[in-house]
Amino acid sequence: MGQIAYWKTTKLPEAEAQPEHWVDNEMQVRLPAIAENEQLARMLVSAFITPLNPTLLELADVKTAVSEAVTNAVIHGYPEPEQKGYIDILCSCHERRVRIEIRDQGIGIEDIEQAMVPMYTTKPEMERSGMGFAFMQELMDELQVESKPGEGVTIVMTKEIGKEEAYE
Amino acid sequence: MNPVFEIRRNYLIIKVEGELDHYMADQIRLKSDTYLEGTRIKNVIFDFQNATFMDSSGIGVIMGRYKQVKRMNGELYAVHMNSALQRIIQISGLHKLIRQSDSIEEILSEN
Repeated sequence: MGQIAYWKTTKLPEAEAQPEHWVDNEMQVRLPAIAENEQLARMLVSAFITPLNPTLLELADVKTAVSEAVTNAVIHGYPEPEQKGYIDILCSCHERRVRIEIRDQGIGIEDIEQAMVPMYTTKPEMERSGMGFAFMQELMDELQVESKPGEGVTIVMTKEIGKEEAYE
Repeated sequence: MNPVFEIRRNYLIIKVEGELDHYMADQIRLKSDTYLEGTRIKNVIFDFQNATFMDSSGIGVIMGRYKQVKRMNGELYAVHMNSALQRIIQISGLHKLIRQSDSIEEILSEN
């Protein structure tokens, strides 16, 4: 019961709050939405999941999915150089399942369904491939996208690490 | 890390060093234009020997170079892709457009 409630929560817990007891580990990071931090975000999340002993391919999957979400926030969330904001990354893990939430307070997405269509992009002149959401969907187990124009985007992704081993 | 550019015959070789993300994709896009515009080079080879990561920004820049070489009746090749990179290429559908080869020497000797 409590576990389900946790996986659905999108509220950043207060700094003095106790971590939920069913969570093995948590990480919260706030980074300015600049291109340089796309790499930093990937490194931080891969360091967070390393104790779960992921395969190289699983690690690559998570890094790519995180890169897509953060790059989207940098390029699309905050398109004006003078209006930069933050990206919040919240990671948690329970047993072999990792949950990654990536939020921005940027311009938001008007039509999420349209944005998720493979190869659809609003920035073809920048040679964006329009594959970001397709990769997140393909490389993670679950993907949830919430947004309203002007209110930013919240992306929640989960993935079970070591699935192949567990089925042996 | 920065991409390394090399010209052999009418092939532009782009060596991806490290992570092919948004940042490196922009660099490759800007620099490769100076090599391809107004020259006789009409083929591009992406060498992924030292590549450790790629996301959809990489797909975008490969796609852009593919369109460029096709306008000149050239080809786009990729060499030394690891399994994580292969997976990204497969999901994007790009594997149907690019030619994969074992080495740069192999491409040059066959053409």
